[in-house]
Amino acid sequence: MDNTRKIVYLDHAATTPVDPVVKETMLPYFDEVFGNPSSLNGPGQRAREAVESAREEVASLIGARPEEIIFTSGGTESDNAALKGVALARHREGNHIVTTAVEHHAVLESCRFLEKNGFSVTYLPVDADGIVDPDDVKKALTDKTIIVSVMHANNEVGTIQPIDAIAKIVRPRGIYLHTDAVQSLGHIPVAVHELGVDLLSASGHKFYGPKGVGIIFIRKGAKFASFLHGGDQERRRRASTHNVPGIVGFAKALEIAVAGMNEEAEKITRLRDRLIAGIRERISDVRLNGHPERRLPGNVNCSIAYVEGESLLLNLDMEGIACSTGSACTSSSLEPSHVLSAMGLPPELSHGSLRFSLGRNTAAEEIDYVLAVLPSIVEKLRAISPLYKKKVKAQ
Amino acid sequence: MEVYGEKVMDHFRNPRNVGEIEDADGIGRVGNPVCGDIMELYIKVEEGTIVDARFKTFGCGAAIATSSMVTELVKGKKIEEARRITNQAVAQALGGLPPIKMHCSVLAEEALRKALDDYLQKAA
Repeated sequence: MDNTRKIVYLDHAATTPVDPVVKETMLPYFDEVFGNPSSLNGPGQRAREAVESAREEVASLIGARPEEIIFTSGGTESDNAALKGVALARHREGNHIVTTAVEHHAVLESCRFLEKNGFSVTYLPVDADGIVDPDDVKKALTDKTIIVSVMHANNEVGTIQPIDAIAKIVRPRGIYLHTDAVQSLGHIPVAVHELGVDLLSASGHKFYGPKGVGIIFIRKGAKFASFLHGGDQERRRRASTHNVPGIVGFAKALEIAVAGMNEEAEKITRLRDRLIAGIRERISDVRLNGHPERRLPGNVNCSIAYVEGESLLLNLDMEGIACSTGSACTSSSLEPSHVLSAMGLPPELSHGSLRFSLGRNTAAEEIDYVLAVLPSIVEKLRAISPLYKKKVKAQ
Repeated sequence: MEVYGEKVMDHFRNPRNVGEIEDADGIGRVGNPVCGDIMELYIKVEEGTIVDARFKTFGCGAAIATSSMVTELVKGKKIEEARRITNQAVAQALGGLPPIKMHCSVLAEEALRKALDDYLQKAA
């Protein structure tokens, strides 16, 4: 491939580039304002001020109080902290957890760990579009349920869950509701009181902030056990010296994302729908995975029948297009995407799934380039595929 | 992409011997949609020598490359020589495969074995 060619980056759900303004804002905190926020000296106090003003900014942007925000190392830590922290703090009240089959592995694996340690977990199904039925949540609750964890928007298919409706069922019973908002924060409105959640996880690098920094919102008064013990940071809920540049970057990135959200979402949604329509027009036997409307602005996930996702991905990569796939062949487990399987997709369609996730800088020409390149790649792979031959013969 | 070596990418980009043989002397079908790889191998045999080999594969980059390579390796080989081709030999001829992709080379070996068995059964 020509190295000078610009890469068409359509994997923003995996990570985003740091916004130039965010990067500039972070820089002084590496060497100028480098003090330890826990130090009482001047440099330390300047760093503390930066952390606390970032906390106030983040809290106001999601409708929380500053003391309800804990800075973490990212989405995975926040999800782990939410599940394990509440399980540990409330284990005398009950040992039952409710979640869904389509959560991120950070939630699912935390639940599996808790199952090995005396908790029982109900994994709720989803419909063909990937949506959880609030009635199913209601039926799953027992007098032993202590926490329900349902993601705000799905990382693979972009489906947005009815968190507010679930909150109305869960919270009056004294059960905590956690939502993994890693994919939604900075992209669609996230307000903790409107969602009605007790805990919320998010990560900076999904909205043009730096990697290695996230937050967990914990509603004031909610029981929570820390699992990082040491210093007194974060009101003794998470020991460890603050990642000052990361925290400053997180707040700046969120501020920028929220300020431009409406305009950006509108633009990206238009491009998303253009890509979906274009793929359907140009390629036969394609299925859009996820809800057609209740989905993230930047998410396109489709299954292309008779071909395998990794082969598609490699071919697109050779043409300078970066995307991702739910195919087992890209994972060490050799299992196809658990999300697509939970949505009832047969394995051959899960293996043939592609995810394009659009971002702030995605241009219409880039979408058109994908639409120009993809059909011939599919045609080439279908010509090699024994499944396509059977389909042609059957007609 | 860095996971695959140059030779694997070459066979993936330009797979050799794609297609079917109408009057094949042996056919080997392996894999299933659940595991994500399906391979079909066709051989044409004349006087104990494999004179043509073709394939069709639904699968990842490694599956397509190993299919292509196995057809190259068997062409011109005597039946008993072809029987000695192992998955290691296929992977080696491709300059190696990432560890999690070694099962793709096993699939190629199995497809070859089935095609040879099919030939011997038909010939008997």
